[in-house]
Amino acid sequence: MNFPILSSLILLPSIGALFLLFSKDNEKLNAIKYVAIFTSFVNFLISIYLWFLFDPSTSEFQFVEDKQWLKEFVNYKVGIDGISILFVLLTTFITPLCIICVNNTVEVRLRDFLIAILTMESIMIGVFCSLDLVIFYLFFEAGLIPMFLIIGIWGGDRRVYSAFKFFLYTLLGSVLMLVAIISIYLISGTTDIVKLFELGIDAKYQNLLWLAFFSSFAVKTPMWPVHTWLPDAHVEAPTAGSVLLAAILLKMAGYGFLRFSLGLFPLASEFFTPLIYILSLVAIIYTSFVALMQEDMKKLIAYSSVAHMGYVTLGIFTITQQGLEGSIIQMISHGLVSAALFLCVGVVYDRIHSRLISTYGGLVSVMPNYAVLFMIFTLAAIGLPGTSGFIGEFLILMGAFKDNFLVAVIASLGVILGAAYMLWLYRRVIFGKLVNKELLKISDLHNSEKFILWCLAIPVVFFGFYPEPLINSIEVSIKDLIEMYSFNLKMNIIEVQNNG
Amino acid sequence: MEIALLFLPLLASITSGFFGKFIGDRNSELITSLFVSISAILSLIIFYDVIINRYENNILIATWINSGTLNVNWSIKIDALSSVMLVVVTLISAIVHIYSIGYMSHDPHKPRFMAYLSLFTFSMLTLVTADNFLQLFFGWEGVGLCSYFLIGFWFKKETANAAAIKAFLVNRVGDFGFALGIFLIFYLFGTVNYEEVFQQIPQIINKEIIFLGIAIKSIDLICILLFIGAMGKSAQIFLHTWLPDAMEGPTPVSALIHAATMVTAGVFLVVRCSPIFEYSTLALNLITVIGMTTAFFAATVALVQTDIKKIIAYSTCSQLGYMFFAAGVGAYNVAMFHLFTHAFFKALLFLGSGSVIHSFNNEQNINNMGAVYKKLPYTYVLMIIGTLALTGFPFLSGFYSKDAIIEFAYLKGNTSGYFAAGIGIFTAFLTSIYSWRLIFKTFHGSYNNQKLKIEDLHESPIIILLPLIVLSIGAVFAGFFFKDLFISFSSSNDFWGQSIKFLTPLSKEHPPAWIVLITPIIVVLSIPLSYYLFVKNKDVPNFLADSNKPLYQFLIKKWYFDELYDLVFIRSSKRIGVFFWKFVDIKIIDKFGPDGISSLIKNLSLKANKFQSGYIYQYAFMMLLGFSALLTFLILK
Repeated sequence: MNFPILSSLILLPSIGALFLLFSKDNEKLNAIKYVAIFTSFVNFLISIYLWFLFDPSTSEFQFVEDKQWLKEFVNYKVGIDGISILFVLLTTFITPLCIICVNNTVEVRLRDFLIAILTMESIMIGVFCSLDLVIFYLFFEAGLIPMFLIIGIWGGDRRVYSAFKFFLYTLLGSVLMLVAIISIYLISGTTDIVKLFELGIDAKYQNLLWLAFFSSFAVKTPMWPVHTWLPDAHVEAPTAGSVLLAAILLKMAGYGFLRFSLGLFPLASEFFTPLIYILSLVAIIYTSFVALMQEDMKKLIAYSSVAHMGYVTLGIFTITQQGLEGSIIQMISHGLVSAALFLCVGVVYDRIHSRLISTYGGLVSVMPNYAVLFMIFTLAAIGLPGTSGFIGEFLILMGAFKDNFLVAVIASLGVILGAAYMLWLYRRVIFGKLVNKELLKISDLHNSEKFILWCLAIPVVFFGFYPEPLINSIEVSIKDLIEMYSFNLKMNIIEVQNNG
Repeated sequence: MEIALLFLPLLASITSGFFGKFIGDRNSELITSLFVSISAILSLIIFYDVIINRYENNILIATWINSGTLNVNWSIKIDALSSVMLVVVTLISAIVHIYSIGYMSHDPHKPRFMAYLSLFTFSMLTLVTADNFLQLFFGWEGVGLCSYFLIGFWFKKETANAAAIKAFLVNRVGDFGFALGIFLIFYLFGTVNYEEVFQQIPQIINKEIIFLGIAIKSIDLICILLFIGAMGKSAQIFLHTWLPDAMEGPTPVSALIHAATMVTAGVFLVVRCSPIFEYSTLALNLITVIGMTTAFFAATVALVQTDIKKIIAYSTCSQLGYMFFAAGVGAYNVAMFHLFTHAFFKALLFLGSGSVIHSFNNEQNINNMGAVYKKLPYTYVLMIIGTLALTGFPFLSGFYSKDAIIEFAYLKGNTSGYFAAGIGIFTAFLTSIYSWRLIFKTFHGSYNNQKLKIEDLHESPIIILLPLIVLSIGAVFAGFFFKDLFISFSSSNDFWGQSIKFLTPLSKEHPPAWIVLITPIIVVLSIPLSYYLFVKNKDVPNFLADSNKPLYQFLIKKWYFDELYDLVFIRSSKRIGVFFWKFVDIKIIDKFGPDGISSLIKNLSLKANKFQSGYIYQYAFMMLLGFSALLTFLILK
């Protein structure tokens, strides 16, 4: 494999962004948009081709590129395995849809907005491909900047407060992670992930290092109690920003837990599993109750994201085949479903300029197509069998059950609450009598909106009935991850015992 | 053939649901009815094949989930048990489809309605033909979803929407137990396929697991968890509150989903899992108790309700209770028999009441009816047939199945068996009273409707009556014809084969004559009694109601379940939600978290603003830098 396919995936959107940067004519908005769509779509095709080339029967990293960057210190090393390829695909799939949807949501400085989105795509793909801690860190943190700008510039009335909150929270975690990465370099003499997996990390450092990584991932996930930035960020962000944030940005943390917390610090992961369980359960139950009482549609969906990500963290730390596969599928599924739900809110927000649930009601009579699609995504969010949400949730709970009966019981309660807040939302927005006169003039979905939402609905349903393509590509990687985890854990335990 | 049987309703649903606008209302109705009818014919063929040739099959369609040791397939399992369910589901469904053409003729959303009905049929078929717990769960949730859609079909009615959500959520509570049961099964056996699970059951009988410090036999726990799922779907006491409210949906829906098919899925689950339940005496006793309590409770409530559909809904609840206590005393085949006969007469009663409601221009209160038996002669006769069959009038279908339940309960020979038989007999009496009350108040006495003149009443059209006639044939003869097949004592008859497991064979003794005779006698005698109470001398029931005010209120309010649940679950959930959001999130986390930090920095910077630039981010950064320096120190130390 000589052609640097991953690097081209990472670079292509940036090149598109650069191209946009030098195109001055803000009047020909369409031309700008087409460039962006074209770039991201080509990227999507490349990633599909990548999936086609990808060999799921091994957990070795594939398409690896390893170039010296800072001599004797950091290499630019990228590569993918079964776990990361799905996230790369998710990113390249969501971005073009995001760009198509900016039509109505962004009115000023469209060019700059598209540049931000494309840069973001580059960064996200970079996160999922990096095989060097420093490279990973750079991408991981760089993602903050475009998102910060998207909220801060194109956001709603309280955008500055939200952007600030977002920044403060994520920065706190990041700095600690940087420190941890430097210490890993000092301890092990390398930041190459593959080498680190082989070497392992000295048991006595693991707990602190784990906590440092955790503080960064927990904020991005977000886990309770560092979740309060998410609802604010979502509420203020423009639709495309919310979509990116929910669909991809949050997944970086789940990916980080899988790749680094489990891979590098098995002993600490084992030690902190109860902490993760408790925080995940609190996230599931607590935020479901909070979501129940929200009056703002976007806030409700944001809180539901916290609950859904609670399942993900729960599944990861069960360290069972089902739990881990479930949490990856849950992340992919949540990526599609939450993106779609935010788009659904965006659709009516563009028309009426209100996010309050009480503004709506009876939309089914005027927007039948919208009602159908919204229903599909509502059901997927509830985790109804036949949607991708079910596969993820069910596998996670199955894995959790293997590990801890009580945890599974409590987490399953979230399924009831989830149905309650989503169906109640749907009922108040879509069903009932159409009271608000303003809504009479509302138009059903445009073609572009229909296109985007169906693009998301089809995989949601398809993977609900046939998750084999997803499971197939992660199966071996997960199996080997668990094996490596158990092996390293055993070594660590022996090490600790020898040291007394 | 099986594949066609399963997928024709799905195809019908997709055609009508997505292309209904293009092909028109009438074509949608025809296609869905036709496809489901073909399914029904195929089911009958398979049923015949099963009876004659002991046909069994397990067709693999595709893999569904394949994760580690968890392998789940889409498949069609045909055996005696599923073939009975196939007949019930597709036959009633086809009849209801045809009926709906007439009943929904004034509705603007016909294709959507037909699509839901067909989709429901498909989900129900995947449920009954599953060969593993996960596909069963898929169908289980699928029928719940269709039920949700159909209850809330008239989406402008607030009450319908509320009822739809209530049905979904109450069922979710049941599903919560069911899902945990599946997890436990997977945990213990490493598989969710029926065959593999059932084979391993004897090995784990004495295995215990510890939950919250209490050791419980795992087999008991599995059964109880599965039964919680069954309670939700089959509206057993504590999880029954959704069923009466579900009557907000169109009447054909009530007949198909909330009488004949979906609500019996719980019974089906218990019977299907008989190889597990047989080993758990605790769970079987629990099922008996819950079943008879529900039978009794629902019958008492049905006595005083005034909404024609709610009376029948409570009656359904009560009859489901009978089925459960039949299963609880180990007479699974009798439970299935009652399920089978009940499907006919209860669908008949519902569709009959639909015909009444149709004639009365959507009036549902029986106090606003009366004296119309001459105006609605066919409906009247058909409703009488349904009532006779329900109450167990001799030689009609309910007579064979219900009496068999009581007899088997008695033959069980233990305390719970005797008790169940006693409750069963008393409930049969109550059933008879409330059913005849419905008939007499609807068709006899004086005409009480203010809005509609009696001259304007008209009998329903033939498309509504024809399905009723078909059902009435089933209601009359299903018991007599199939009793030997379903519940015969003779050893030559082995219809159920491997599909139902009896650990100890059912008692072949004959119950004493008095127990055989007492129920029919009570049932027959209660007809003149009801006539006296509800037509001749109406003062008696009124007097009873007045003199026992608290009891009457207790029954009218349905034992106060709704009020209790509203207080305990709904209002407290809302309060918890507000508390977490407004207090914990905003007043604690934000106040001491980001807002606290920012105001702290702001205060500090105000004090030091003489020599600082004043940008908050710089301070945040400095502070975090210090924090990280500390951590670095700790790590490197």
